[in-house]
Amino acid sequence: MSNAAAIAAASVAADPGAAAVARIEALRAQAAQARRKATLGYGALLLLCIIVAAWINEVHPRALAAGIPRIGEYFALTVPKLEWAQLFAGPRTEGSLAFWFYRADEWGWLLLQTANMAAMATLAGTLGGFCLAFPAASNLAPRRWIYVAARRMAELCRTVPEIVYALIFVWAFGVGPLAGILAIAIHSVGALGKLFAEVVENADMRPVEGVTAAGGNWFETVRFAVLPQVAPNFLSYAILRFEINVRGASVIGFVGGGGIGQELYHVIAFNYYEEVSAIVAMIILCVATIDLVSEHLRHRLIGTARI
Amino acid sequence: MLEIRNLTRRFAAVTAVEDVSLSIPAGQLVGVIGRSGAGKSTLLRMINRLVDPSSGSIAFEGRDITALAGAALRRWRADCAMIFQQFNLVGRLDVLTNVLVGRLNRRASLSSLLGRFTEAERALAIRTLDRLDLADTALQRAETLSGGQQQRVAIARALMQSPRLILADEPIASLDPRNAKVVMDALRRINREDGLTVLCNLHTLDTAREYCDRIIGMQAGRVVFDGPPAALSGEMARTIYGVGEAEQAALESVTSTALRA
Ligand SMILES: Nc1ncnc2c1ncn2[C@@H]1O[C@H](COP(=O)(O)OP(=O)(O)OP(=O)(O)O)[C@@H](O)[C@H]1O
Ligand SMILES: [Mg+2]
Repeated sequence: MSNAAAIAAASVAADPGAAAVARIEALRAQAAQARRKATLGYGALLLLCIIVAAWINEVHPRALAAGIPRIGEYFALTVPKLEWAQLFAGPRTEGSLAFWFYRADEWGWLLLQTANMAAMATLAGTLGGFCLAFPAASNLAPRRWIYVAARRMAELCRTVPEIVYALIFVWAFGVGPLAGILAIAIHSVGALGKLFAEVVENADMRPVEGVTAAGGNWFETVRFAVLPQVAPNFLSYAILRFEINVRGASVIGFVGGGGIGQELYHVIAFNYYEEVSAIVAMIILCVATIDLVSEHLRHRLIGTARI
Repeated sequence: MLEIRNLTRRFAAVTAVEDVSLSIPAGQLVGVIGRSGAGKSTLLRMINRLVDPSSGSIAFEGRDITALAGAALRRWRADCAMIFQQFNLVGRLDVLTNVLVGRLNRRASLSSLLGRFTEAERALAIRTLDRLDLADTALQRAETLSGGQQQRVAIARALMQSPRLILADEPIASLDPRNAKVVMDALRRINREDGLTVLCNLHTLDTAREYCDRIIGMQAGRVVFDGPPAALSGEMARTIYGVGEAEQAALESVTSTALRA
């Protein structure tokens, strides 16, 4: 027996806690090693996946090098010809801002329609997500199959891209905002249903037990024990979704879903370069404004949330 | 009359409650004592079916409780009000609404969900709060109250259920001695004035001795003592808590909630 081992053995005999320390330390080392192995394994797997994905998608360094300058070319084409002297002249003078944005009123209207689509879709998505969230939360679902059904339902709504829903609805209801709203709403139901369910899963269960023990049924438990806890977070997620939906609504028009996207698609397809940049500028301005306002709102809400 | 027969509950490897038989006549204030993990909470939670028994039966006034489901089960839960160590109030709702939650089972669900309670119900809730000296906190958020106040709100909620039986799981374990006394006094008052049966898990021997008509001692899931406080000898207490003589003396003073001059 080596000297160190002898000392260790002696100290174990003297101090019964040392045995526990040794046991737990050994277990911890084991767990740490297992974790390291797993990290290495998954890391290698991830690298392999990235290489395969790049190969499938034809992401060759050479293609990248050749393509990047062309992005600049397109960008240069869309830059309007503005002239200092005429910058604030009327819409008939070439080189003025008004000339660049000569259809600003029409585009403004379309942007309003787009924001409106996003708002409608968010409202519908929030209602749907709200109904799905409680059965889809593992701590509240009354039956296992209800939980599974609610989860799958949310996934179905979420995993099919909005564009695909939009294509289907354009076919069914014709070109226009209705198809866009429905498509975005369904996607929102799925996304919000999942996010809301996760908020519910984080709720404090003691009030739930309190209301249950008082003889409350499932709906009453949700209403009185859970809703007061989760309401601020629900609202905050709904507003975040509105931001996302404004962006979604701007492109849904590409497939006939109404709003500014339809116009953008049109000017891109006809190579009206300066109009492309004008519309994109307006979209960015509008989305950024909505983002700023809603972020401000959300932060005030989160201040009142407590999860 | 609460009649418990051969009640057992197993969790995977541990048997939390083992073959417990008790019969508790109406109007008694019963204290359940035992060291941590003895199965006190599990026993209480089985009575109002927050936990289902593995075997055995519970009958209240001749009716089997263990087989209830759905609306009948919720009705039974309203009949045996539960008070928790952590109060289990809804912190973000005001005190009044928390108390009105005790009424849920006695009214139509839809109007409850809309948060509409009648004037008479509100009046009853305020009166109940007033009995516990809490009327003035009625419109405050529950989470802003002190622990002792919150526990009394929980008692008010329990009373709103017009229960036949009150189950209290360590109602004073998270309270300081003064608040503990206020809460225990409140429990004794409703036991005496309303004639309600109270079943109360306690951590402190002298509280049990002072307030209870009857003490049930549990150890490792089994009932090892059942009798009036006077019959609980020091030796019995040592068996229940599994400690030596010197330790017990220390225990009684350390865990004491009494305020001695
Ligand atoms: N949900 C559960 N899952 C697994 N084991 C449990 C569960 N609830 C209780 N137990 C076990 O059952 C035994 C009794 O627990 P119980 O909570 O009834 O004890 P207690 O007497 O109330 O203790 P304390 O005084 O600490 O509250 C313990 O060993 C506990 O670990
Ligand atoms: Mg307990």
